[in-house]
Amino acid sequence: MNDNSSKSNDYVSKLIEGKKRIDGRAFNEHRQPIEITYNVSNKAEGSARVKIGDTEVIAGVKMDVGTPYPDTMDQGNLITNAELLPLSSPMFLPGPPDAQSVELARIVDRGIRESGMIDMKKLCIREGELVWNILLDIYTINDDGNLIDAAALAAVAALRVAVLPKLEGDKVQFGEFTKTKVPLKLLPITCTIFKIGQHLVVDANRQEEEAVDSRLSVAISEHGQIHAMQKGGSVGFSIEEVDQAITLAKKVSEQFRKELTK
Amino acid sequence: MVNILVKEREIVVPGQELAEGMDYLPSEGAFREGDKIISSKLGLFNLDGRLIKVIPLGGKYIPKKNDSVIGRVTDVGFSGWRVDFGWAFNMNVSLKEGSRDFIPNDADLSQYYAPGDLVVAKIIKVMSSKIIDASLKMPGCRKLGTGRLIEVESSRVPRIIGKQGSMISMIKDATGCNVVVGQNGLVWISGSDLENEMKAEETIRKIENEAHSEGLTDKISAFLNVKPREIVENDIQ
Repeated sequence: MNDNSSKSNDYVSKLIEGKKRIDGRAFNEHRQPIEITYNVSNKAEGSARVKIGDTEVIAGVKMDVGTPYPDTMDQGNLITNAELLPLSSPMFLPGPPDAQSVELARIVDRGIRESGMIDMKKLCIREGELVWNILLDIYTINDDGNLIDAAALAAVAALRVAVLPKLEGDKVQFGEFTKTKVPLKLLPITCTIFKIGQHLVVDANRQEEEAVDSRLSVAISEHGQIHAMQKGGSVGFSIEEVDQAITLAKKVSEQFRKELTK
Repeated sequence: MVNILVKEREIVVPGQELAEGMDYLPSEGAFREGDKIISSKLGLFNLDGRLIKVIPLGGKYIPKKNDSVIGRVTDVGFSGWRVDFGWAFNMNVSLKEGSRDFIPNDADLSQYYAPGDLVVAKIIKVMSSKIIDASLKMPGCRKLGTGRLIEVESSRVPRIIGKQGSMISMIKDATGCNVVVGQNGLVWISGSDLENEMKAEETIRKIENEAHSEGLTDKISAFLNVKPREIVENDIQ
């Protein structure tokens, strides 16, 4: 019932003006605890469930073989799909993917693809003929805000534990896993910075997300390098705010990374 | 033959026989079939005089006449307002029931309640066709300002209010917050600062989680560090 624009948000906005957040967190503080459970699905080659506060996302990796694309004859493929399950939020409806789920999948995909997280060349079986396809599926279980960070974290976590299935002839033996892991090079973490009024906050919950003017998602690898960005919302960021947002995202992504690698 | 088949405060399931004979009457959560009274809900059995009631353990709020609920105005029409109160259907507030003030003929109705406003409304009529009429001019009805809105299980609302409002006034006194509890499980909290509002929300969440335990008032007063208020007869809440 919170679909109304300005009026329902003025409580959150007023608190933010007074340098406070609805649940008492600091602006640069993400929700605790972050829970990561690995291999929640026994059919998938790799999977992970991530909980940030009450936001919950499951990501799964399935592996298949196929022909390469003409422009990358010696590389495997990554196909990302996100599904906003109607059960996870009153705002999500059944039906074909809408803009929000397409955007979610693309932000996650871009962070992984552009950082070169996966060594795609090693996923080539026979150049020009047969390569591995990675199918990365994201399912939202509960939306309490900041789905992007949770989905990106779940995707990276699922890829970390993903193994290749057995290959006999040119056919994949589904359900039989090898010990070979999906070749990874680095760990990009996507962190979203939300702008409410004149202030920048991280990890907005659902009530705060209703008051958000715009957001900036930044994918950062362990060397502090920025690999991808996506801005959403109708209000602009000034150059100083982008700098601030990136500094903030670097700090918070380190905390996410610590949770991922511990 | 007249017989009560279950004990007081026992958990019953839908379809379970609660009583035999014509001496008892089914109330909320129970219905009569032949000479038997049968439960229609999962809940606690409750006998009040000759009335047999099942207090549900959970579930969606079902609107009832004379309930005060919190809702959000979604639409302003030519002859009234529509209010979303967290049920499948919105309720209608007619022009006549809109305000205690006189509404002139050519008035802009969004001057009174605009879409997005939070209101406390009283349900005056529930029709079988799911059309709900509500009033915004009965005592206690008003527009709510900026505040924290939280959602609780509607079956826990009586515990949050307490006997003669004892629990809710304890929260109000201890935190200094203004708290409005709607029967539909929406609670509005407004206080002088964030810490007090968070304390009030935490207390309400605690009541919601421990609603079935004994001596809840003492637990909550210990949690809030206050003495429970004496219940005065005829205390007007």
